[in-house]
Amino acid sequence: MLELRSVSKKVGRDWHIKDVSMTLEKGSVNILLGPTLSGKTSLMRLMAGLDRPTSGEILMNGTDVVGMPVQKRNVAMVYQQFINYPAMTVYENIASPMRVAGVDKATIERRVREAADLMKLTPYLERTPLNLSGGQQQRTALARALVKDAELVLLDEPLANLDYKLREELRVELPKIFAETGAIFVYATTEPQEALLLGGKTATLNEGLVTQFDDTIDVYNRPSDLLTAQTFSDPPMNVLPVRKSGAEFVFNTSRFDVPASLSGLRDEEYTIGARPHHMSLQPPTGKSMKLDCKVSTTEITGSESFIHLQSEGIHMVALMHGVHRVGIGDSLPAYLDADNLFVFDRNGSLVFAPGSNGHG
Amino acid sequence: MASITLDKLAHSYLPNPQSDADFALKELDYKWEDGGAYALLGPSGCGKTTLLNIISGLLVPSKGHIRFDGQDVTHLQPEERNIAQVFQFPVIYDTMTVRQNLAFPLINRHVPQDEITKRVKDMIDVLDLSDKADRKARGLTADEKQKISLGRGLVRYDVNAILFDEPLTVIDPHMKWQLRTKLKDLHRQLGHTMIYVTHDQTEALTFADKVVVMYEGEVVQIGTPEELFNEPAHTFVGYFIGSPGMNVIPCEIDGKTARVGDIQIELSDGYSLAGSKTELGIRPEFVSLSSDKSGLPVRIETVENIGRFKIVRANLQGHTINALLKENEEVPVDPTMTFEPSRINVYQNSHLVRVGA
Repeated sequence: MLELRSVSKKVGRDWHIKDVSMTLEKGSVNILLGPTLSGKTSLMRLMAGLDRPTSGEILMNGTDVVGMPVQKRNVAMVYQQFINYPAMTVYENIASPMRVAGVDKATIERRVREAADLMKLTPYLERTPLNLSGGQQQRTALARALVKDAELVLLDEPLANLDYKLREELRVELPKIFAETGAIFVYATTEPQEALLLGGKTATLNEGLVTQFDDTIDVYNRPSDLLTAQTFSDPPMNVLPVRKSGAEFVFNTSRFDVPASLSGLRDEEYTIGARPHHMSLQPPTGKSMKLDCKVSTTEITGSESFIHLQSEGIHMVALMHGVHRVGIGDSLPAYLDADNLFVFDRNGSLVFAPGSNGHG
Repeated sequence: MASITLDKLAHSYLPNPQSDADFALKELDYKWEDGGAYALLGPSGCGKTTLLNIISGLLVPSKGHIRFDGQDVTHLQPEERNIAQVFQFPVIYDTMTVRQNLAFPLINRHVPQDEITKRVKDMIDVLDLSDKADRKARGLTADEKQKISLGRGLVRYDVNAILFDEPLTVIDPHMKWQLRTKLKDLHRQLGHTMIYVTHDQTEALTFADKVVVMYEGEVVQIGTPEELFNEPAHTFVGYFIGSPGMNVIPCEIDGKTARVGDIQIELSDGYSLAGSKTELGIRPEFVSLSSDKSGLPVRIETVENIGRFKIVRANLQGHTINALLKENEEVPVDPTMTFEPSRINVYQNSHLVRVGA
């Protein structure tokens, strides 16, 4: 178990990590989700013991590991920019941590073969890394981290430089490997979809703050605040500033009926959030909020359409199933599905999430 | 702007290529229309960069010709082709302001000063960089720098084509949306011939009118996003486009019946494909689960809730089949599987069998 207690890190005048407390259980997968420069790598370096926190404690199975040399800690780390031993073959690169640890030959052979098979490296085992593509080099680095039998495995955007489809395959395979090894996995990514596919728990980061840390699907379904909701949405969540006035929400010149589930809210200002797939050019079967919009652009993937819209100065995206061709610049109504709205208060805290009983 | 003709183009990095396998780019015959938006899509090693380098003039093809508006440019140097290129990493001058960066390609080409001023101003407006126009590029964020890179490519109105080589790879997901939308806007407003190289299907499909899918040096399909989704011409296209990709199931086909292991699946048309490798293709979007006993017997392996939908992986006669369930749909008790009949594609030796063809 890895425990962070009020960990902060200051570099120069900037706080890179602000008062982070979290407990990572043995055998768990923990995603750090946030945009570039949100503090994911800084937090991992602190966990690994590569950097010392400015304040706070880091405990591994109850023992304070701040200041303990990295070599004495059983940690594996893979960076986005892969690192391999250029003079060794791929086989020896993968085997090296086990050789250092004195693992017997037969076990090394078996584990290297397994990892190579999984990472689709079997044909390249006798080559040196410089004769491989970038993706193959990264897979070598990943394979080495996975066979090491480390207590803590830190993966910093490990798939970012790989091809899309390979990424998709590894995202399916990685959780299986994670479950088998029993180590604590920490996995940094900028992509919400990747977090959802990997499952486990997710910590959303923003400017050095962990805004929420919970089961991944729960963070997605019940983001504690607007910032978390925005971080955990791709395409971005549509947000609408409104004022509740009796039975109506008022947005500039538009007025909508307040859905029954939200009728208990006090009359004040709120931000309404709707994920793109809950916005459509066709009215949903249930209640909806109708907005007058202008089409700014359309993107069609063949199975889905992203319709980018402007409504009274606000940019929104409707993600619709199937192919929908609409003219750029057309004025038309769009509908937010009233049964699937998030509501945040003036401070950005969650007041209501769809599918819940209303208490945030 | 220009049309681009690829005339029996092929390339091998070997001095004396013998067989098909020696070619990094297999023979290709196609015309890209003036003002079109095209994407070259495929995994690394598929030949898309080879093709891009032939178009830009960094590489002379071993066979065939390349023509801009009918004029043979096969042996012209890159700088003689009048092409703009945008790369994966921003190529800009850190010590110059945004405005100076955008003006630079025009100054180099001796465009008159008042023309430069006007075009640069237009481009700054289009890119939404007005409030940073006179800031040095050094202090800008990665996506702002990449915007300038795009702008430097687009500011030249007279180019034959603009080539984009994985321009959004280093950009965060949130910014990708904005830059992609911007690029589409610019294409609509300026009408450049654009060629966009990527391994990311979403980028390719949302950007291009026509997507060129490449696999092992071969163009396996050129089509609109709808065509690639509905009728993948090759099992690779079915797999590569879509997330998860099309289910490809080895089977034996006899007339209107496909046999997978012990079970039979009725097809909407009859086929006679004896003696060749045959497969069924069905997208996860068209696979449904129900408690209806008449469906195909399956065993559920995993269910992944990824928010907008659930991916169900189920075992059908030893094959893993992906199915998609909507946000609030649950896996039924004792489920069976049904394929939407009109959405089943039949493949012979990996190529789509078109009914009536």
